[in-house]
Amino acid sequence: MTDSPWTRKDLLGIADLSAEEIEHVLDTAESFREVSDRPIKKVPTLRGRTVVNLFFEASTRTRSSFEIAEKRLSADSINFAAKSSGLLKGESLVDTALNLQAMAPDLIVIRHGHPGVPHMLARRVEAGVINAGDGAHEHPTQALLDALTIRQHKKRFEGLKVSIVGDIEHSRVVRSNVLLLGKLGAEVTVAGPRTLMPVDMESYGVRVVHSIEEAVRGADVVMMLRVQLERGARMAFPSTREYFRLFGLTRERLKAAKRDVIIMHPGPMNRGVEIASDVAEGRYSVILEQVANGVAIRMAVLYLLSGVHQEIG
Amino acid sequence: MRLLISGGRLIDPGQGVDDELDLLIVDGRVEKVGKALKPGRGGETLDAEGLVVTPGLIDIHVHLREPGQEYKEDIASGTRAAAAGGFTAVACMPNTSPPCDNRSVTEHIVKEAARHGFARVYPIGAISKGQKGEELAEVGDMVGAGVVAISDDGFPVMSPELMRRALLYARHFDVPVIQHAEDLGLGTDGVMHEGEWSTRLGLPGLPGAAEDLMVARDLRLLEETGGRYHVAHLSTAHSLELVRDAKARGLGATCEVTPHHLLLTDREVHDSGFSTHTKMKPPLRSEDDRQALLAGIADGTIDAIASDHAPHHADEKDVQFSLAPFGIVGLETTLGLCLDRLVRPGLIELPRLVELLSTGPARALGIAGGRLAPGDVADVTLFSTKRQMTVSPARFESKGRNTPFAGWKLRGRPVATLIAGRRVELG
Repeated sequence: MTDSPWTRKDLLGIADLSAEEIEHVLDTAESFREVSDRPIKKVPTLRGRTVVNLFFEASTRTRSSFEIAEKRLSADSINFAAKSSGLLKGESLVDTALNLQAMAPDLIVIRHGHPGVPHMLARRVEAGVINAGDGAHEHPTQALLDALTIRQHKKRFEGLKVSIVGDIEHSRVVRSNVLLLGKLGAEVTVAGPRTLMPVDMESYGVRVVHSIEEAVRGADVVMMLRVQLERGARMAFPSTREYFRLFGLTRERLKAAKRDVIIMHPGPMNRGVEIASDVAEGRYSVILEQVANGVAIRMAVLYLLSGVHQEIG
Repeated sequence: MRLLISGGRLIDPGQGVDDELDLLIVDGRVEKVGKALKPGRGGETLDAEGLVVTPGLIDIHVHLREPGQEYKEDIASGTRAAAAGGFTAVACMPNTSPPCDNRSVTEHIVKEAARHGFARVYPIGAISKGQKGEELAEVGDMVGAGVVAISDDGFPVMSPELMRRALLYARHFDVPVIQHAEDLGLGTDGVMHEGEWSTRLGLPGLPGAAEDLMVARDLRLLEETGGRYHVAHLSTAHSLELVRDAKARGLGATCEVTPHHLLLTDREVHDSGFSTHTKMKPPLRSEDDRQALLAGIADGTIDAIASDHAPHHADEKDVQFSLAPFGIVGLETTLGLCLDRLVRPGLIELPRLVELLSTGPARALGIAGGRLAPGDVADVTLFSTKRQMTVSPARFESKGRNTPFAGWKLRGRPVATLIAGRRVELG
């Protein structure tokens, strides 16, 4: 790992990364994977480094995943949740950033409901900033862990048929994923109700369809997205019952996919809305592998952004 | 008092003049335009060699923020910005605090503007009381105090009934109704133009159709009511087409565009890394829209270029994109931007630009100015098409620093303004 192509201070989005950088993160994550299989799941890599987890939006999965990754790398981590942060007391984001900066953390992991907030923070602090999801904009570590999972199963991306189905409009996961998969040469299809499809989605160079049957047909990978009822998806279709009838992934519908298809979901799932329970838990599902890979990806990202690899080099 | 402006290139779209001509001003009015004039006994001479001399530029869409939001701008700083930008007159929108929906606020604005004297200020009164979109404001009373147009700018007139009554009622006073054309029922949470870039950035979109719907509705009403209707900061290809069609049918419709809609697109939100200086209403639109607007200034459909000067405090803009207020300043950048990015590349000729910045705005509002014929009040702007300027917000006269054009190097800049023959000194 001495000839690292990684020189970035921040990980704000997949949009900024080259294919080479993406592959490098995936390779680095592979090397961290075995740490989680040890009886004592800890390496001293980030000992003495401070990581702040700044979550302005509720998150269980992503936050725990980052926290576990930090602890397994021996970093000192501190959590700020929205409820206890100054922002709710009226402190501006800029002041929050300046205060954090004054405490000299090495890395800041931020989740925020508004697009662009990690970018704003990154301009204000010397610490490396990791975007753990900014509104409907990007969620780069999710796309990276998805890619790691796909690579483990399919060994390649070039020409791979990946279909992403569901509430495209409100999803940061889909935006990071279409960027990443496009850079690595996969053939991406996005599918969803017309009322949940943002305009000009084709500009990403993806195929846009409006039926799940069409999306699943011949797919190597089917990635289901959560319908984000809390973000206004409710106005986009009459009922979750009708949504499931039109766009839910069922065993029947899955038959049209490739025989070795894998089913992914970034979680949390609405069972019976976008995916049937038996599919979520069925033999094609790699949903829990995604979660396991999440820890490895976040270890890799924390490691690369900490600059430790360059000090070793 | 006699003043001779000599040796400049005089462009007066009001009379179709574009020539090397001297301009003699006596007691604040144009005395004579001609070759090799003399200032006469006791007269002064202003050497305009190498400069362009035009009727005073008029910005018909600015926010001076006084009364009530003086931390953003006040009449003194806003009119200083106007003078620094080459404008001799501005028309200010009524969305102050309290709003300019009654005579006493109008009188305050008129009095303050006269006291400072950096630029003429034409107040625009509110259409509705409190700009609430419910009942008509006392338009007649405000016109008596100096209001030259009515608008609920910032708050589109959503009720078709109110808009119909406003158009009818405004006819009594022969003032135009200026609409911030946006159907708020479409793209309600939007913060940038709906298109490829809103999709990529995950930001809620403001569809162009929201503007088109409102312009279409209003023009249909105008057909019934007669009178004058002006579209503020028109931004889409479709609504421009609607105005073009309305004009062809002889309706009293006019429109303005801003420099930022002519020069930037929604892509700028991405390229600037979510800079809140790319957030305004209407939002920066698509490249197709921009091209249509450029065609509209060239073919004469568009009557005026207006800055929509909207100063905000730095603290208000230094927040996450979604929460930042809409708007950018423009008084001190408009002329330079237009000279460098519209005239220099040949998109329009210089006389056409002068028309868009003086004669056109004067005509749209029905105010004096935009012409330098003998007997006219001598409001004059002098500018250079050769001198360079770099947009430096820290040196603005405006209190607002919120511009996406910081650092732009422009060829062409204002040099001086005269109001009634007296040179404006910022000191």
